[in-house]
Amino acid sequence: MIGRFLRHPTALPGILILAAVLVMALAAPSLAPYDPMQIDLDGSLRGPSADHPFGQDRLGRDIFSQIVYGARASTLVTLAVVLLTVVVGTALGSAAGYFGGLVDVAVMRSVDILLAFPGILLAIALAGILGPNLVNIILALSVLGWVGYARLVRAQFLSLRERDFVQAARAVGAGPVRIMGLHILPNALSPVIVQATFSAAGIIIAESSLSFLGLGPQDIPTWGGLLSQGANYLVYAPHIAFFPGLFIMLTVLALNLAGDALRDLLDPRTRPDTGGPAKV
Amino acid sequence: MKSLLRRLAILLPTVLGVVTLIFFLIHFIPGDPVELMLGETASRGDLERLRTDLGLDRPVAEQFGNFLLGLVRGDLGESFFYRKPVRQVILEKLPATLELAAAAMLLALVIALPLGIVAAVRKDSLADRGAMLASLVGISMPNFWLGPLLIILFSIKLGWLPVSGREGPASLILPAVTLGTALAALLSRMTRSAMLDVLGEDYLRTARAKGLSERAVIVKHALGNALLPVLTIVGLQFGALLSGAIITENVFAWPGIGTLLIQAINARDYPLVQGCVLVISLGYVAANFLTDLLYSLSDPRVKV
Repeated sequence: MIGRFLRHPTALPGILILAAVLVMALAAPSLAPYDPMQIDLDGSLRGPSADHPFGQDRLGRDIFSQIVYGARASTLVTLAVVLLTVVVGTALGSAAGYFGGLVDVAVMRSVDILLAFPGILLAIALAGILGPNLVNIILALSVLGWVGYARLVRAQFLSLRERDFVQAARAVGAGPVRIMGLHILPNALSPVIVQATFSAAGIIIAESSLSFLGLGPQDIPTWGGLLSQGANYLVYAPHIAFFPGLFIMLTVLALNLAGDALRDLLDPRTRPDTGGPAKV
Repeated sequence: MKSLLRRLAILLPTVLGVVTLIFFLIHFIPGDPVELMLGETASRGDLERLRTDLGLDRPVAEQFGNFLLGLVRGDLGESFFYRKPVRQVILEKLPATLELAAAAMLLALVIALPLGIVAAVRKDSLADRGAMLASLVGISMPNFWLGPLLIILFSIKLGWLPVSGREGPASLILPAVTLGTALAALLSRMTRSAMLDVLGEDYLRTARAKGLSERAVIVKHALGNALLPVLTIVGLQFGALLSGAIITENVFAWPGIGTLLIQAINARDYPLVQGCVLVISLGYVAANFLTDLLYSLSDPRVKV
């Protein structure tokens, strides 16, 4: 299975980039040559040099070190939002699909209403009102994120719940929780994994957008925050905006590449050329 | 007609849901919104006066009722920052946003349709692989990076186009390219896969068998059927463009609703935040509704 995944033409570059970002996030203190917040006013706005391969920002802070540490914020927010939305969406979607009736109506009507709401707008409004820190960004991005999973898992449950193996489990006396968790869910997870990979790409963009708009945490380095500072110095110091943007783009590209490969592998019904990666 | 009524019946609770969500967004802020708006130095008297002005001293149910009544009358409250009705402030900025979204959509279509069609007709050729790789990069490219890159190249290095603002048609080009690129990428993928679905159909084999040229087969027979799903995406994406414009507008200081929203957030001008969020999301809902409607009218097989 893993071998087949890695042989997919888009999987390997995707996985390599993602692994690099993960290593950056985990080993930031040993990889970064400087303290990312260390101010050096003599080096203000200075371009790339041997000492500072990506140059220095307005306060002379090392941009490479800020990008290495910035991987932490992006990774943390993405993992937290994916985990939160997958768990909530899967739980609600399973319940709606398995029990049907009122549970189904309640969950799906909420889904319909939330789907009518543009996600990034709600995230901007929530982050703007709640205040700029990581927890609020995670919340703001999770409020709508579960909806897609709920719909996906419900559809899977509807088609799986009457199958023979489920009937057999029911016949030997398994309760609903056991049937849902042990028998149906493992068979319903493939599309969830594919969807989670594509939405992780959207979350990276959304998280950086919030930081770019000044709604992200101010006390730690983030890619979006650095890019936002760089946007003010495009004339004198274009490198400040260039490098963080490059890392955002590469990470998002890597997730889309990995998502394409996973979809081809896990979901034999879709051909490689149908549709495109999800966008927030 | 029946399906139209059913769609309308779903539309109403959806709009009500959106409106309720926006109302409670402001009312569930941790802490006191009045204090947040006026800052810590405000006197007790000022706080109380603003609270009364906003009606925040009333029970929540009554506030919600008043909010809904105001909406029905088109009254969105008053902006603190501009000292004008929110409706007026928004109406002044709305044309700029619509202009940007329309230009981005047009640009995306002009790029995506030919690209997707060629990619599908020459499947697996170098052109196809190149187009699909380009579209993957386009989808992965954040607006707030593409915008600055375009500014560096076309405004600063080459000096061809203005850096920001909205003065004349030239100032529209870079924001429209920035906003339209991701959509062009998405649409070219959709067009390609829709064309591929159609190209395998029997009626195309018939058209070829009766001796039509390949060009006539593709333009007259394939394109019409392939474009329907693509146009649906276009409609749905117009709503998404309105919210995507928030970031692009801020990159280019484009004086539309997106720039207004971020200004309002920074100024803690909550009535204006509420108004902007409401207008953008209602635009989104309306675009989706009209798309569904057109889709069901244009294809009798579709039951919405």
